[in-house]
Amino acid sequence: MKVSLFITCMCDIFASNVGKDTVEILERVGCEVDFPEQQTCCGQPAYNSGYLEESKKAMKQMMKAFKDSEYVVGPSGSCVGMLREYPKIFAGDPKWEEEANKLAAKTFEITQFLVDVMGVVDVGSSFTGKITYHPSCHMTRVLGVKEAPLKLLENVKGVELIKLPIGEDCCGFGGTFAVKSPVISGEMVMEKSRHVTETGAEYLVGGDMACLMNIGGRMTREGKNIKVAHITEILNQH
Amino acid sequence: MSLKISSGSFENRVQRGVENDFMRQAVSSAQGRFKSGRLNAAAELGNWEDWRTLGEEIRTHTLENIDYYLQQLSEQVFKRGGHVFFAETAEEANEYIKDVIKKKNGKKVVKSKSMVTEEIGLNKALQEAGVEVVETDLGEWILQLDDDVPSHIVTPALHKNKEQIRETFAEKKGYDKSDKPEELALFAREQLRKDFLSADIGITGCNFAIAESGAVTLVTNEGNARLVTSLPDTQITVMGMERIVPTWEEMEVLVSLLTRAAVGQKLTSYITAITGTRLEGEVDGPEEYHLVVVDNGRSKILGTEFQSALHCIRCAACINVCPVYRHVGGHAYGSIYPGPIGAVITPLLDGYEDHKELPYASTLCAACTEACPVKIPLHELLIRHRQIIVEENKTSKIEKLAMKGFAKWASTPAAYKISAKMARPALKPWTKDETIKNGPGPMKGWTDIRDFPAPSRQGFRDWFKDRDKGGDA
Repeated sequence: MKVSLFITCMCDIFASNVGKDTVEILERVGCEVDFPEQQTCCGQPAYNSGYLEESKKAMKQMMKAFKDSEYVVGPSGSCVGMLREYPKIFAGDPKWEEEANKLAAKTFEITQFLVDVMGVVDVGSSFTGKITYHPSCHMTRVLGVKEAPLKLLENVKGVELIKLPIGEDCCGFGGTFAVKSPVISGEMVMEKSRHVTETGAEYLVGGDMACLMNIGGRMTREGKNIKVAHITEILNQH
Repeated sequence: MSLKISSGSFENRVQRGVENDFMRQAVSSAQGRFKSGRLNAAAELGNWEDWRTLGEEIRTHTLENIDYYLQQLSEQVFKRGGHVFFAETAEEANEYIKDVIKKKNGKKVVKSKSMVTEEIGLNKALQEAGVEVVETDLGEWILQLDDDVPSHIVTPALHKNKEQIRETFAEKKGYDKSDKPEELALFAREQLRKDFLSADIGITGCNFAIAESGAVTLVTNEGNARLVTSLPDTQITVMGMERIVPTWEEMEVLVSLLTRAAVGQKLTSYITAITGTRLEGEVDGPEEYHLVVVDNGRSKILGTEFQSALHCIRCAACINVCPVYRHVGGHAYGSIYPGPIGAVITPLLDGYEDHKELPYASTLCAACTEACPVKIPLHELLIRHRQIIVEENKTSKIEKLAMKGFAKWASTPAAYKISAKMARPALKPWTKDETIKNGPGPMKGWTDIRDFPAPSRQGFRDWFKDRDKGGDA
């Protein structure tokens, strides 16, 4: 199966290891991975701030970049969720509607792709440690992926998975919200950090780097010794 | 009070909310109870998603045909001996109600809980006209005694604890017992009983008006709406114009969604229906009945992208799952309607000018959208508000410039690639041990609270290219 990696700008710049892990996992399950160089950002920062026209420029770039891809797979529920919204945004646009529909139909979040498309729940990983999983908002409620990451984590040899209290609650990132409403965002991430600490886990695992940067950044600020790891970093341990 | 409940700045209100430890604890534990109650009640019903879809369909159909159903409702109320008044504004509604009371020479009004009367500022209008108004819902009565405003649309006094309530009762009503909830409630009951018996006018809100029969239905757990509607001879119902269903059949679906979504109950302890006046041969019912249908900005939402906001059945499920609400409390929103639904409808009813921060008081986490029993896409409507604020040129110059820059950056792969490479050296002056603790410019909002990571040492793109070369060799 031919897969194009959608790295997401966040991982492209701040977490290149997540891109590497995603590529290696995909290859381990038998995919041939390419990387369309013309990809940039999904447009979400502008879209969620209400700048529709500006966001569309990014979206068109993404549609062009992945035009020839068979499957597009990315390590983020939120960014993939954004690509899946393109059909709504370009509905009625004579030039872009079809492209938007095509891209949305072939784009998957990495755990969703592994479980739902490849039918794999065990990628043969082993990792020793206590982990807790944060089910990020857009992954679960915009994209609708709730089970796949947990199925994959449950099958990692040596892992002890501990449930995160009120895990479904937002960590307070919210894109520009984190800098626009720092007081509220701060209270939210402090609460999330408390919940993570309560689990006694050594690792906080998630499927969205932005949320992990937010929670992890708070935890290091508080001097907590809990590491954050993108789910692909765990799944690529073998 | 009216829709707008504060003249202070949003920032100050948020700060006050965040600093109110008691309120936050109360809200947090109430959210936990409401949320698990809702989930249990939904699970018990079995096919909750089908119920939500049905609820959405009923609301969509009703709003699409609201002119027809309002006409039918008013004809039925008229047939049952009642009067119907369509008020375009809050003032018109208040004037009409004052007039009815004046004609009856009414001195004292008992009210059951009603958000729409809060919205139109009815109590203040009546009090200024010399009428005594007594709220009979326990939460509303506490707030009335304390000259406070609701912070939640279902449990209005959520932000107060029993000690605060005891103090209020002592100060305003001479209460001299403990802060045990049973004693407080008993005292309220004794006090309110006198008011029920001496009132000449009863005023209620409306959960669902039934177009086919002209009935108005109310859900309560305290039974106060039943006393308000049974004792005084003159009855006035105030309803937001969208609180209507075609028949009892749809009412049954929506009331099931409402009570389960609101508090996790199969049904509330009381569901009261009032249909016009006592007709010949009937044993009960009021002598005089008035239905006041309030528009107050609702009809201008019809036919717009925001029409689904009128589907709201005021269950507060969105408020009960909102993490922003949990930390700032209801008063921070500055509107009688707080939380996600408040952030959507307040600017629609009252304009952006005084409420421009509300569409941004959300991380767009979509917990509200998922919880809504009639499937209002709340977080999407918040984005739509933000788009309008941008279209109307009401955002800051810096933000506009940044977004223009973003568009250019994200649509020019070469520029994007260079900047991705340059990010690490550019941030170097602020980086120590792969971490940024005091970021420059807009990063400050972030780094005041948490660390920011340094951009990756080896870019992904270089790694992938090198690897490709290696693989080919």
